[in-house]
Amino acid sequence: MSFLNNVITGVSLGSIYAIIALGYTMVYGIAKMLNFAHGDIIMVGAYMCFFAMGSFSLPPAAGVLLAVVVCTVLGIVIERLAYKPLRSAPSLAVLITAIGVSYLLQNSAQLLWGADTKTFRPLVEGSLVLVPDQLSISYVAVLSIACCVVVMIALTLFTGQTKMGKAMRACSEDKAAAQLMGIDVNATISMTFAIGSALAAVAGVLMCSAYPVLSPTTGSMPGIRAFTAAVFGGIGSVPGALLGGILLGVIETFAKAYISTALSDAVVFAVLIIVLLVKPAGLMGKYVPEKV
Amino acid sequence: MLNVNDINVYYGAIHAIKGVSFQVNDGEVVTLIGANGAGKSTILNTVCGLLHSRTGSIEFLGQNLGGIPAHKLVERGLAHVPEGRRIFQHMSVEENLEMGAYTQARASIEPNLERVYEQFPRLKERRKQVAGTLSGGEQQMLAMGRGLMSNPKLLMLDEPSMGLAPILVEQIFDIIKRLHQAGTTILLVEQNARMALSVADRGYVLETGKIVATGTGNELLQDEAVKKAYLGG
Repeated sequence: MSFLNNVITGVSLGSIYAIIALGYTMVYGIAKMLNFAHGDIIMVGAYMCFFAMGSFSLPPAAGVLLAVVVCTVLGIVIERLAYKPLRSAPSLAVLITAIGVSYLLQNSAQLLWGADTKTFRPLVEGSLVLVPDQLSISYVAVLSIACCVVVMIALTLFTGQTKMGKAMRACSEDKAAAQLMGIDVNATISMTFAIGSALAAVAGVLMCSAYPVLSPTTGSMPGIRAFTAAVFGGIGSVPGALLGGILLGVIETFAKAYISTALSDAVVFAVLIIVLLVKPAGLMGKYVPEKV
Repeated sequence: MLNVNDINVYYGAIHAIKGVSFQVNDGEVVTLIGANGAGKSTILNTVCGLLHSRTGSIEFLGQNLGGIPAHKLVERGLAHVPEGRRIFQHMSVEENLEMGAYTQARASIEPNLERVYEQFPRLKERRKQVAGTLSGGEQQMLAMGRGLMSNPKLLMLDEPSMGLAPILVEQIFDIIKRLHQAGTTILLVEQNARMALSVADRGYVLETGKIVATGTGNELLQDEAVKKAYLGG
């Protein structure tokens, strides 16, 4: 039974990683940049929800909504101010800028909201008992998995069926050709940041509901793990982010349960290294040879 | 229809296009020929807004295109089929064509799709196939079909024969002739000067960023200097 409990914990944690990883992978797919500030958007989202529910006693749904709105706007603003001017700069400059934005967000949070750790009130409390005293699943876990499923279905439909979604895929393949089709590449990039940041807000709220501590650095470790998940699954691939996220969550939970809590990150990254040695493009990374 | 007047384009310090002027009139096929590096693609990329000229003007249908971003030109009737085809490899044939019609009203997509499939029956057979798996010739047809999806008033083709087997080159030029007969205005950039001049109403010969000769397709085919430089004696 403890095995099944671990699977449930792993999958629900993995669902949150997958939602964060989607933000990394979509932004990478379009802007070809690693947005290292993505993890800190998670933290901002969690703070927004924390204040909405705590200081203003709003219902959880309103807290989530506020987090999503603020993070979406923040994502668009960061892209406009920090990344857009570097559109044709070398990728190293963009990477370092992203790291800078990450610290800017962390330090701003510290300045505004203090460095102390806050206790986050979960969105939903209690758990669903499957086998009394042995197997149960917390409502937060149910919610995380459900969110992940909904997000995946919505994104798949969006990129596969809608005009905007297809334009996004076109931009991710070839920006100049997309422009020749009449697609506004800058608007598409902005939209990608908006979607990624909205997802980060949702992930932040779920993450803090599952592990209810909140501080200005809350987002950085989940951010790095989700980035790992994105690379693991194949950066740029949406189903890859899902697979990578879930696998990472399960591996991390199992490593904690059966090997050592202290070594869990080492195990996760060891698996990543092995996967990349065998499949350099990640588990679902696409490689289509170019035809001439 | 298209009036390019004294454009100068630089890549950093390199002066790539030196005071080039030319016209394309309604219904014409006009070709720019020249060796590798003469500046042919640079001119097309400047016309479609991906590059910018420091001087002069580019007028399309009487309107100056200066300062208009590339993605706004499609809805004005300018379609560019870029060098190297640049199709969306991971998307299906039909999705590629839909992207070509990105600026078009939803209602006009279906009839356009039918028209393109009529021109290129191969694309219809492969409509659900991922574009990256098409052969080189089919990819070129897809790139041209995609360009036609926006109902362009002017179709710019950049090296449509590049990298294709001779039989496919014939096919592509047959298609260009058909499009011409159907009234499409075409600006054609080619290294295959003989083929290009044989379908063109008029041509311009480009050498290291300058126009060195101009005339009708036939005149240029007979021109001794052109023959020597571009048609293999």
